[in-house]
Amino acid sequence: MSAAAPPAPALTAIAESVIENARRLGAELAECTIIDSEEFECRVRLGEVEKLTRAGSRAIGLRVITGQRVGSAYTSDFTQAGLQRMLDSAVSLAKISTVDEYAGLPEPSELGSHDADLQLYWDDVAALDPQHSIDMARRAEAAAIKADPRIVNSEGGSFASNLRQRVFANSLGFSGCYRSSSCSISAVPVVEDNGVRQRDYWFSAAPNVAGLDEPESVGLRAAERVLRRIGARKVATAKVPVVFEQRVARSIAGHIFEAVAGETVYRKESFLAGKLGEKVASSNVTLIDDAILPAHLGSSPFDDEGVRSRRTVVVENGVLRSYLLNSYAARKLSLRTTGNAVRGITGNASTGTGNLYLAPGELAPAQIVSKLKNAFYVTELLGSGVNITNGDYSRGAAGLWIENGELAYPVQEVTVAGDLRRMLQEIDTVGSDLEFRGSVAAPTLLVGEMTISGR
Amino acid sequence: MGLNQSLFAQRFGIAEPLLHSWLGEALSQGGDFADLYFEYVESTSLSLDESIVKGATQGVTMGVGVRVISGERTGYGYSDDFSAEKVRKAARAAAYIASGPAKVPKAGFSEAPPRDLYPVPRYAAETALSDRVDLVRRADEAARAADARVFQVQAAFVDVVRHVMVASSDGRLTADVQPMARINVSVLAKDKQGPPQRGYAGGGGRYGLDYFTGERSPEAFAREAVRQAIVLLDAGEAPAGEMTVVLGPGWPGILLHEAVGHGLEADFGRKGVSAFSGRIGQQVTSPLCTVVDNGTIAHRRGSLNYDDEGNPTSETVLIENGVLRGFLQDELSSRLSGAPPTGNGRRENYQAIPMPRMTNTYMLPGESDPADIIRSVNNGIYCANFGGGQVDITSGNFVFSATESYLIEGGRLTRPVRGATLIGNGPEALKHVSMVGHDLKLDEGVGICGKEGQSVPVGVGIPTIKIDRMTVGGTA
Repeated sequence: MSAAAPPAPALTAIAESVIENARRLGAELAECTIIDSEEFECRVRLGEVEKLTRAGSRAIGLRVITGQRVGSAYTSDFTQAGLQRMLDSAVSLAKISTVDEYAGLPEPSELGSHDADLQLYWDDVAALDPQHSIDMARRAEAAAIKADPRIVNSEGGSFASNLRQRVFANSLGFSGCYRSSSCSISAVPVVEDNGVRQRDYWFSAAPNVAGLDEPESVGLRAAERVLRRIGARKVATAKVPVVFEQRVARSIAGHIFEAVAGETVYRKESFLAGKLGEKVASSNVTLIDDAILPAHLGSSPFDDEGVRSRRTVVVENGVLRSYLLNSYAARKLSLRTTGNAVRGITGNASTGTGNLYLAPGELAPAQIVSKLKNAFYVTELLGSGVNITNGDYSRGAAGLWIENGELAYPVQEVTVAGDLRRMLQEIDTVGSDLEFRGSVAAPTLLVGEMTISGR
Repeated sequence: MGLNQSLFAQRFGIAEPLLHSWLGEALSQGGDFADLYFEYVESTSLSLDESIVKGATQGVTMGVGVRVISGERTGYGYSDDFSAEKVRKAARAAAYIASGPAKVPKAGFSEAPPRDLYPVPRYAAETALSDRVDLVRRADEAARAADARVFQVQAAFVDVVRHVMVASSDGRLTADVQPMARINVSVLAKDKQGPPQRGYAGGGGRYGLDYFTGERSPEAFAREAVRQAIVLLDAGEAPAGEMTVVLGPGWPGILLHEAVGHGLEADFGRKGVSAFSGRIGQQVTSPLCTVVDNGTIAHRRGSLNYDDEGNPTSETVLIENGVLRGFLQDELSSRLSGAPPTGNGRRENYQAIPMPRMTNTYMLPGESDPADIIRSVNNGIYCANFGGGQVDITSGNFVFSATESYLIEGGRLTRPVRGATLIGNGPEALKHVSMVGHDLKLDEGVGICGKEGQSVPVGVGIPTIKIDRMTVGGTA
């Protein structure tokens, strides 16, 4: 059952009074954010509780604009003195920043809340007791260890949950609040074979406990993954097609996001800047950002500057249709905000995703593999060697070699490299296996030809 | 610094009897050890983009973390409020993992002797905001003046003062004030043709504003960022495959951080999940390599007077002439293994459980002349600068991403090549080190290390070294 978010009069009242006080101190425009969160996290290792954290915290942030100059401050000290200090800091910082003709708040007409219940807050998370959470972590780990005698060790099974309330108010009269819940379960088994150790992991995450995979299924999937790493070897350097398994394919959606995020576009830092309406990817590629999918981890009724959340088609059949923007980037680019403002508790908003996903295609992963003679199936990526300015893509990888349509043997200690701009054009196949385990998701992807560097 | 001089006593009235009663609450269900970690952090961040100071943010985060250790179990609770009732509630949450008769913390505290690794006459936080704004403006002007092909400049200056106090049930009490300041400059340059290229430079440490002059001036960092971007405008594709790799001195020391450092953190070692577990006394690198972690170098970004569990930082030899000597310990690992603490128990903030973490990790200098090292290579790659890295500590596979590299042909640097990831295996990669330069250099002070979601500032360093065989992940 999803419960509608009840009003949080106390926090909302604090936010509204901070806005009022900021105005009194001379701020022309002001925005105030409060986050209140309760956290639970436990890890069970080899059947015993290894660590357990239970706590709550809150923080408040203020951003003011006076004479087109911006100042921001935050605190976790909610006493009168603490709040006053935050107000004074923000107002005095606005005096030393530079006049920025684009500084501002969203158009009043953009402000508002998505009106349907997004099912972001679930009582089954609030009702969890520590013992039940520990049991789920323990079951996930136990299932992984029991799966095979070669699984001799473990970095544990974990369960985490979070209850959060976000309050936002601005001097244009917007005042909103929503609660959200999330939980996750994971297992990290370690296998040893001929003195060589390998680990892998699997996890499930959802806004509600009922939406999680069973702990046993998480443990088993982690076990399958670590077992198939046994005997991994380095292959000879080659240029071959590359399959990005679902778990790593989401990183490609993430790179497109970075390249369409407002600030990288107006700075001309991104290879997709100025490409609206152009074919930037293969026709198989449709990328959607949807912040109003019910019961999804990336959903919210309004973004972090109070703009109504929505669904935006970013890439449609390979054609770039929209950037993802907050109101500042929108003003810089003479476009409209897409409701993608994100910030912690203060400062200028940057750009974030709602639920960003690559729309699924027709083929199951096994069907994609079956049509390949000699290719690399990537299951893990290491490092951050991706440059959205010049397109350079070079990351460490592990996975399986594909021979004659089958996953033949495990591979490690290689890199996979290419040009991101070309990779997007050469996405030959998009799998059917879209699954959300976070706010960014993609099905299995087959990319034309890339350089595998090894022996 | 003692309790009475600390901000926690002076501003929040925290006194020994309160600390003792909170520790008593933490041990009310039993357990072997408990500690309280108080933190009060003030920070200012100024950022410039498109020649406009767009972001100016100041803030305070404060809180206390309460930890209980019972065998291998750790219970943790925290509060962002120092009121007696809230801290007691956090202590009860931490006590949840223990089950036994209540224990009584040691009566009375002994304050740790003062250490002063970062004497700063005046914190950056105490200087006029306009003086700090000047730094980012000067960086912007210098970068734009350095080359007409520069079309975007971002500069930021961040300063932090972190007050911490640790009180533990064995009667130890330490308090410290930890300053940090850092400037970053990032530029984009573009030629008539080809994509734009990025350059980045930055530096800092536990210093005041006066540090940022001369070779550490905003102008110097700006010119360095521009130099890197301009080099890349003419760079070709990086090579692919195994080859000889020469690492330049300084920041390329990130190799050590990834290849050996993480794998030598005692939590992984103790649990047998590290590629280095059970290998003490074994030859794990070439005999030319001696690698240390040293948290006691004055003013360095990774240095601390006391770690986040109140243990003094130290210099720990990890690898001596190629032989694995020791692990980096935190309180828990040290209690469980009997090894003495090394002062490597660190945490991102009061909400986080401490773990063994690196401080400043570097390789001691060797005998070779750096020029001779390059001359000795017929065909290979010279990496002068890196971005980030990552390691899978179980398999030992690690990567680090070169951002500025050159081909070495016939003993000379010939052409620049673009970014590429290098990959190797921790216990194997450094066996192929065949020359070590005499030019040890520590990085400029920008390192951030992430582990289990917690970020802490660290330093790295290395002399010029030659690795006979390593996989370079280019496309050519």
